[in-house]
Amino acid sequence: MGRFLVALHGVWAFVAGDDWRVALGVVAAIGLTALVATSTVAAWWILPLAVVGLLADSLRRAAQR
Amino acid sequence: MSGAEFGLAASVFLACAVEAVEALTILLAVGTTRGWSSTLTGAATATGVLIVLVVALGPALTSLPIDVLRVAVGGLLLVFGLQWLRKAILRAAGLRAHHDEAAAFELETQAAREAARRGGFDGYSFSVAFKGVLLEGLEVAFIVLTFGANQHRIALASLAAAVAIAVVAVAGVSIRAPLARVPENAMKFAVGVMLTSFGTFWGGEGAGATWPGGDAALLVIVPALLAVSVAFAAVIRRVAESPTTSATARVSG
Repeated sequence: MGRFLVALHGVWAFVAGDDWRVALGVVAAIGLTALVATSTVAAWWILPLAVVGLLADSLRRAAQR
Repeated sequence: MSGAEFGLAASVFLACAVEAVEALTILLAVGTTRGWSSTLTGAATATGVLIVLVVALGPALTSLPIDVLRVAVGGLLLVFGLQWLRKAILRAAGLRAHHDEAAAFELETQAAREAARRGGFDGYSFSVAFKGVLLEGLEVAFIVLTFGANQHRIALASLAAAVAIAVVAVAGVSIRAPLARVPENAMKFAVGVMLTSFGTFWGGEGAGATWPGGDAALLVIVPALLAVSVAFAAVIRRVAESPTTSATARVSG
């Protein structure tokens, strides 16, 4: 179990890098896109907007350090 | 070759070239200081592990349903691409140090000289070369797998990676020094923009969104994201250099 958790942590660290909020934001944005896509409203604009917002927020936090 | 395939090949080539430059620095430092036999064995073993990874996971990924694959690949490329882009923007804005191959070479050389040496097989050279190539190559293997699987062109992605490694290796062997003049940050900036753009496109498609203009939407997403990223770098640099910010930094520092 210990090794499994260590391996899981390693995979998470490799994928999410040093800003886990970006990873969670991406998952949320894709989920919202999927939700809106089931309605009659266009859903393509959600991800580009989320990308710019997530990037700006991540840069702001990095610049303040 | 379609636009998406060109984007795939260019992204993999640039990502692989920039990681190969960093791996080459490590190999040159260890190889010239302690000998080439164990160093090259370590590098070859790591390359073998990476090839096995791509060969084993590639078919499994391409067998997934296309929408599942696009959501997974799009999401991973977005997370990964935003990491590359954020670091490249911070470097371009002057808030993060550029990777200095000459300095990295000096550090590795110093460490290689100081490490204990025993006769025969040199475990230090092997492990440093193995870890260097594996760690630098893991990101490239990830990009080859995700990009290649999504377009069912893992062979093209692998070819682009192999060409990049060959170009860097030939350049390194011919000048026998770290490739310090390669514009690493510009290349990382380009890779970040490409990964994030393709991740946005595929992630949206996989989640059920329909892009205006279909595949041609990429021709808008890529330059738009590049423009936004360049603007972010300029704004951060300007804020960091403004007298108010500098004075605050001096007071708080």
